[in-house]
Amino acid sequence: MENKRTISFTKSFGQLTKLIVVFLLVLSTGTVLASDSHGEEKKPFNAGDMIIHHITDAHSIHIGPLSIPLPVILYTEKGLDIFSSSNFGHEPHLVPYTSPKTGLTYVNSHEHIYYGDAQGAIQTEMVLNKKTNVEEMHKMGPMDFSITKSVFGMFLIIFIMILVFRAVAKGYKKREGAAPKGIQNFFEPLIIFIRDEVALPSLGEKKADRYLPFLLTIFFFIWMCNMLGLVPFLGGFNITGTMSVTLVLAAIVFIITTISGNKHYWGHIFWPPGVPFVIKLILVPIEAASILIKPAVLMVRLTANITAGHIIILAFVSLVILFGEQGAAVGAGFGVGVGAVLFMVFMFFIELLVAFLQAYVFTLLAALYFGDATQEAHH
Amino acid sequence: MEGLLSVSLGTVFWASISFLIVLILLKKMAWKPILQALKDREESIENALSEAEKARAEMANLQSDNEKFLKEARIERDHILKEAREMRDSMIAEAKNKAQGEADKMIESAREAIENEKNAAIADMKAQVASLSLDIAEKVIRQKLSDDSQQQQLVEGMLNDVKLN
Repeated sequence: MENKRTISFTKSFGQLTKLIVVFLLVLSTGTVLASDSHGEEKKPFNAGDMIIHHITDAHSIHIGPLSIPLPVILYTEKGLDIFSSSNFGHEPHLVPYTSPKTGLTYVNSHEHIYYGDAQGAIQTEMVLNKKTNVEEMHKMGPMDFSITKSVFGMFLIIFIMILVFRAVAKGYKKREGAAPKGIQNFFEPLIIFIRDEVALPSLGEKKADRYLPFLLTIFFFIWMCNMLGLVPFLGGFNITGTMSVTLVLAAIVFIITTISGNKHYWGHIFWPPGVPFVIKLILVPIEAASILIKPAVLMVRLTANITAGHIIILAFVSLVILFGEQGAAVGAGFGVGVGAVLFMVFMFFIELLVAFLQAYVFTLLAALYFGDATQEAHH
Repeated sequence: MEGLLSVSLGTVFWASISFLIVLILLKKMAWKPILQALKDREESIENALSEAEKARAEMANLQSDNEKFLKEARIERDHILKEAREMRDSMIAEAKNKAQGEADKMIESAREAIENEKNAAIADMKAQVASLSLDIAEKVIRQKLSDDSQQQQLVEGMLNDVKLN
């Protein structure tokens, strides 16, 4: 009894500290925003730039006023260069960095790292103004294996997933055959949902077991990445809105589909039975293209949905700032602020749904593709 | 916008590595035991349910058996009771008959005894009357000579003495 009380006390104490931390974060963000607008009165707010800046991958994480530098890992002709992104300075005042190891100078422009020369500052200007020649600019950069914001977010999600699901698995071991409890109770319906509503209908009882680990992993990975992107003040992760990440997920789905494709599957693509020859001439190229189009659509759908959600929420934020900057009609500013906040709350709810829905859709379609690839002939 | 849709080699590299790591680790550490545990639990629940169904059927069976037994027992009890009643009645009737017979016999023998006694008494009386008559006659004859009236008197007196008992 006494033990229980102390546990609940420490729990509530922990919650209290969390609350205080969040409150302080909110407060400090407010003050920083205020001081920011003081310092740079000349530069007008550009909503488009702000939104793009927030949804693209970055080399640092902004949590409130804090800017957490991430390691930059560059592979050059002269070897690996690993250094902190803080060497580039902070957002509006970026500086070039010369590595003491390789002697190369790097420039960070719009979170893309290029080679610079000794007069790095000039090079920065040059890169910034040379926006017409994108191809050329990309060639100027080293191979970038940096732990970017999205990569860091993925690591975080992996860490959380391993912790969470190990705890869930332990729960099953501890309460063998008994009713689920705690975190196990939260995840069990989701696991059963993926098993019974996604895997079993599309793959059938026999093959579901083989693909379930992958389906469960990809579902929870996408869902948790989506959810991490929705946490306010936590760096604005946009992991599943990053094309590179969804490309990998879709590529894995493509590889598994291709590997597990049986004779029946390939037969239906390259020589569909019971179809006149002329139709075959049209059908076969379409079917063949669909092998690649299907995962490509998976990739684009996920990226677009998650990014669009972020853009909408950021647009409402911009609306408040834009009206605040005008400063002419205070009443209108407040009105827009209230309206935008209400819309933002609404959007957040929608986004919570979308976060789940997109993870579900991705998993379901992957399961369907696997089901297609492994279907036995039945006619 | 180009940063948004472009694919960065580094991110692809890290994403592949991290997803494969999480897939392999979770497959071993989490999904296999979890799915197995879920399957086991579902099976055990199903078994328990079917067993409960079986037990219920058995129970119903038992209950109907019980009812049958009870019915049989009741019938048997009625049968036994009926038999007992019949036996009792017959015993009573028999006893009654026997008693009646006995009583009749006793009465008969009593009557016979009375008859015998009566006959004996009558015979005795006859003998006494005869001897008395003889006595009287003897006395009358003895006194005959004296007086006729006296004789009369004597006879009367003697007759008075004699009481027919």
